[in-house]
Amino acid sequence: MLDKTPKELYERKALRINPAKTCQPIGAMYAALGIHKCLPHSHGSQGCCSYHRMQLTRHFKDPIMASTSSFTEGSSVFGGGSNLKTAIKNVFSIYEPDMIAVHTTCLSETIGDDLRTIISQAESEVPEGKYVIHANTPSYVGSHITGFSNMIKGAVTYLSQNTGEANGKINVLPGFISPGDMREIKRILNVMDIPFIMLPDTSEVVDTPMTGTFEMYPKGGTKIKDIIDAGNSNYTLALGKFSSEAGAVALEKKCKVPMEVMNIPLGIEAVDKFITELSKITGKEVPYEIEEERGQLVDLMLDSHSYFFGKKVAVFGDPDTVISLTEFIISLGMIPKYVVTGTPGDSFDKEIGEMLEKAGIKDSIVKNAGDLFELHQWIKNEPVDLLIGNTYGKYIAKAEDIPFVRFGFPILDRFAHHYFPTTGYKGAIRLVEMIANAIMDRIDRDAEDEDFELVM
Amino acid sequence: MKKIVDKVLEKYPAKTFKTRKKHIIVKDDSYEIPQIEANTRTIPGIITNRGCCYAGCKGVVVGPIKDMVHIVHGPIGCSYYAWGTRRNKAKAEDGEDNFIQYCFSTDMQESDIVFGGEKKLRQAIKEAMDLFNPKAISISATCPVGLIGDDINAVAAEAEKEYGIQVLAFNCEGYKGVSQSAGHHIANNNFIKNVIGKGERKYDKKWNINLLGEYNIGGDTWEIERILKKIGYNVVATLTGDGSIENIRNAHKANLNLVQCHRSINYIAEMIETKYGIPWVKVNFIGIDATIQTLRDMAKIYDDPELTKRTEEVIAEEVAAIEGELVYLKQRLEGKTAFLYVGGSRSHHYQNLLATFGVETVLSGYEFAHRDDYEGRDVIPTIKPDADSKNIEELKVEKDEENYRIILSEERYEKLKKDVPSLGNYAGLIKESKNNNIIIDDLNHYETETFIKVLKPDMFFSGIKDKYAVQKMGVMSKQLHSYDYSGPYAGFKGAVIFAKDVLAGVYTPGWRYVTPPWKTEPLIEGTIEKEGAAC
Repeated sequence: MLDKTPKELYERKALRINPAKTCQPIGAMYAALGIHKCLPHSHGSQGCCSYHRMQLTRHFKDPIMASTSSFTEGSSVFGGGSNLKTAIKNVFSIYEPDMIAVHTTCLSETIGDDLRTIISQAESEVPEGKYVIHANTPSYVGSHITGFSNMIKGAVTYLSQNTGEANGKINVLPGFISPGDMREIKRILNVMDIPFIMLPDTSEVVDTPMTGTFEMYPKGGTKIKDIIDAGNSNYTLALGKFSSEAGAVALEKKCKVPMEVMNIPLGIEAVDKFITELSKITGKEVPYEIEEERGQLVDLMLDSHSYFFGKKVAVFGDPDTVISLTEFIISLGMIPKYVVTGTPGDSFDKEIGEMLEKAGIKDSIVKNAGDLFELHQWIKNEPVDLLIGNTYGKYIAKAEDIPFVRFGFPILDRFAHHYFPTTGYKGAIRLVEMIANAIMDRIDRDAEDEDFELVM
Repeated sequence: MKKIVDKVLEKYPAKTFKTRKKHIIVKDDSYEIPQIEANTRTIPGIITNRGCCYAGCKGVVVGPIKDMVHIVHGPIGCSYYAWGTRRNKAKAEDGEDNFIQYCFSTDMQESDIVFGGEKKLRQAIKEAMDLFNPKAISISATCPVGLIGDDINAVAAEAEKEYGIQVLAFNCEGYKGVSQSAGHHIANNNFIKNVIGKGERKYDKKWNINLLGEYNIGGDTWEIERILKKIGYNVVATLTGDGSIENIRNAHKANLNLVQCHRSINYIAEMIETKYGIPWVKVNFIGIDATIQTLRDMAKIYDDPELTKRTEEVIAEEVAAIEGELVYLKQRLEGKTAFLYVGGSRSHHYQNLLATFGVETVLSGYEFAHRDDYEGRDVIPTIKPDADSKNIEELKVEKDEENYRIILSEERYEKLKKDVPSLGNYAGLIKESKNNNIIIDDLNHYETETFIKVLKPDMFFSGIKDKYAVQKMGVMSKQLHSYDYSGPYAGFKGAVIFAKDVLAGVYTPGWRYVTPPWKTEPLIEGTIEKEGAAC
């Protein structure tokens, strides 16, 4: 497995091997799926759209719909305006969404297609009461997380309005997380009796039930009227700097909604901060139900501590979730030895560096814009006890025989993960269980018969 | 059936209606094979299943060559999505390289778009050399590369000189052509120009063959090779499942080319015949009858009593080993109906396999096949390249005087053609379709959904993007690209694995639970009786 990866480190400047990121449009497609009755549209050649639908489908094991401008060589030279106009006409007459959310690719960005102009020229093709919005998502900038962020920004920029009638709600931009996580965050808000608007919300869109009927536009997704109304909210909580800050800033600029960026509420400290902040902003008390969950998590952390203490962990994935996860790993008494994201951005290194310093952890490597080839090389030089990351980590886990926890996006080789949260105290409890199981399964596997324990 | 088709098309806007109706035909045995429109541009916004030229070139044909470093020149996505997602299995040969688990990219950034990416590409090649010292490297272009004018051919030529290994450049920008198909053609041209014919190996066996257009999805190539080797054939090269560059360089040493996937590799088959005199035969290793027919065709071409005898022995052995299972599987699947919608070849091949188990294909189609794949190669002279495809190079090859061999004399070739109609020919999908079957080119989501509602097939064979939408409609859906992570499906053993997978899909108890009991049973208090598990 991965036999061609040498132990000797080698600094690369140009060759990316086994990336820990993918490109913008898939993030924008995911964000657009979190809007009710919205069809994502990829303005580029159709290969991108098929690939992005493919990867999301493989992660969620659910239908992922999107249309494309299907560029040909001609449109690549002369611009894709007529392709998009034809697409808008076809999509509204055949597939009847309430909104088309257009994103771009490296092709239309390199050409310099002016989407705002093209969309305004296509106005006559847009039925009454329907919308076409767009976000520029050049694949050669940032990562899928950047694309997600750009689409949220696009949605609020196009739609949100401050009409002067306060709605008494708070906006929650949950970041690039799974529908299971969005459900959990909504549950917390409901338990705390806080009225809110969440954007996007992919629950009930990419985790739909089997009923014998295919719904092209499932029940879920943020309603367009709520995105408009987000301009009238009291406050915006942007969860995850990389995936949510831009949307919140745009909303503040356009509609004067005050905002705050927080870490994704994953692990005990980030959830504590999230709950505390919710209580502060709204003046609502934290109900016992939440305290009980927290208490159960702490109980679990104490019960299981001996399996975690001092263990070295390699973790990779998307910056917002990895930052929170790293903090949680420290809270469990483990050592985040290698922390990698493929998404570029120095604030990743900085924030994690501060956490490590605060915990007195030295000799860890933290890297943004890194990749799995280098991570594997580090592991070859100084091994770890646990690997946490998306499905592509399974190759390293097998090659180096490391216990492995699947976390983040994409998970292509397991079922049901997207039904369950990793956010909130509930999600933290699940993470502890997953991590403990991986470590304890390994202890069982490796134990001599005479050391094989009944009770652990 | 024609009325049903008209009804489905009604919803389209006028222009879309006009275009789409040419891509749909109903097979009518009382007429000649009707003309179908294919290999034309995709209608924007139609929700196609098609991919791009890059996917056809790097993803399909070039990528499976295991001992090369395949560098994708572009932003990260293209390389990422082709990383491990097509199940072209490969195993390192003794002491040789295998890079199939890796994903290589120049990960172009904004500055590369603005100032050009050639420098970064050069550096990436240097780093690949330092790290891996591979036998050969490929460079695949993606959408922006052509637009910004990076000359990947010049970079490749330079690198060849500098490092003394082969560096192949593929100008397979995603917007070229109208689908994956353009990418196949581009890959084929490069192999003919720069790879095939460069090998110096000697082969002492007499039945040397190449397996063309077989990508070892789920181990198909290995099952086919197992059968061929058992008979006594020597496989010189497979293009390109589990392929190695050195084997492909020696492909001109074989004396017969087997074409499994006609669409992706027919260019090479034709050009090898012109250049080296090696005949090709359309084969089909999907399905028991098809595999037997193929093996017999091959024996007829070689016309060697020893080979013919061995062929029949192997067929008898293989069939005997699975006969019992076949009977059982057929009993459970017989009478069911299927839709088949796959890329450019399987929609035809699998009809035979399904028929073995008594399953009838009522609707079939290709994403990106050309008219010859539908109507047979006889129509090739009547196909005019349109504006979208005319920039794909039509390579003209000449006879290679040094290496050209007459393997079948003209006279014998003509005689053989009567016995083996698939010698140098392919009859296409439509001919083998049953009367009243619907054949659709570039089937889109709307048509998929609507035809399922109208025709209610028992099973739908397609790809990942369709799978769950179809399953949600209550129809068993299996992927015929990835085989739903199973396989092999080729050859004798594959046929059984396939049928067992279909059986599992049709008979899994999960289907019984789709409707909750409170939706069918009376809920008025006091009237419910325990019925137990009735089914």
